[in-house]
Amino acid sequence: MWAFIHKLGSPKWFYGISAKLQPWFWAAAALLLITGSLWGLAFAPADYQQGNSFRIIYVHVPAAFLAQSIFISMAVSGLVFMVWKIKVADMAAAVMAPLGAAMTFVALFSGAVWGVPTWGTWWMWDARLTSMLILLFLYLGVIALRGAFTSRDSASRAASVLAMVGVINIPIIKYSVDWWYTLHQPASFTLTSRPTMPTEMWLPLVIMVLGFYSFFIALTLMRTRSEILRREASKRWVQELVNGQMMKVPAEETR
Amino acid sequence: MAFASFSEFLAMGGHAPYVWSAWGVTALLLVATVWHARVEQRQLIKGLKRRARRANSLKGNTP
Repeated sequence: MWAFIHKLGSPKWFYGISAKLQPWFWAAAALLLITGSLWGLAFAPADYQQGNSFRIIYVHVPAAFLAQSIFISMAVSGLVFMVWKIKVADMAAAVMAPLGAAMTFVALFSGAVWGVPTWGTWWMWDARLTSMLILLFLYLGVIALRGAFTSRDSASRAASVLAMVGVINIPIIKYSVDWWYTLHQPASFTLTSRPTMPTEMWLPLVIMVLGFYSFFIALTLMRTRSEILRREASKRWVQELVNGQMMKVPAEETR
Repeated sequence: MAFASFSEFLAMGGHAPYVWSAWGVTALLLVATVWHARVEQRQLIKGLKRRARRANSLKGNTP
């Protein structure tokens, strides 16, 4: 187990294994997102109260799930980096932040757009909406903090600490709908009971959620690999890799 | 199929501006992140190759 964690922490090993895993997650993401979109947009029945505006759920809920999950992943990576000094964890945390911010924006935007026909307002200082806005600012804070230091190690540590402290906001987002029930409805889905929606409505939602998660994993693998190349540019294995790639090109040209 | 025709599908029962703007922004951001990741990767590899070429020519051997 420890040997495995140690290997996982090695940038070179991670660079190799992520190349093998990446295509599977991209393929899964494409398949799930296309299936889920077609099903959700064209085949799921319209809601008897909300009509077709309810189809926003298929982007709103997966984006909101991902926005929170990415922040938790960032905090866990930060902890791993701080405790075990595993650099790959910090690289992953760094590349996750912009996608997390984008997903938080998508959740807020789609929610605001959905609010107009359903609630009659695009915004209210409701606890769920406000805590999601705070999440967006936390993401922007983490991104800004990384850029604010000249020393990479200080930047990484500061960003890790902010992620670890900011993760407190996640349970607040989750329980906000129960603690201060003003506008946003409580969760329609729980792990313990069957959803109240008909199957042909919630199944495409599950597919979309899985698609968003696959997309997140694929993109994180891809961007972590770039980050590895950036930070390890002067390492021997990277130089050998680059030299090896350059050898291929002239050989093909002279063929 | 929840719609009788393609134009009805586009109209979304009068909710077209809401549904399509929410979906559009989502799709745009997802595509943009992939595009950005690709550009980032290509430029990095290009930069590394340039660097390697320079290092090799300094050593006096061809890549």
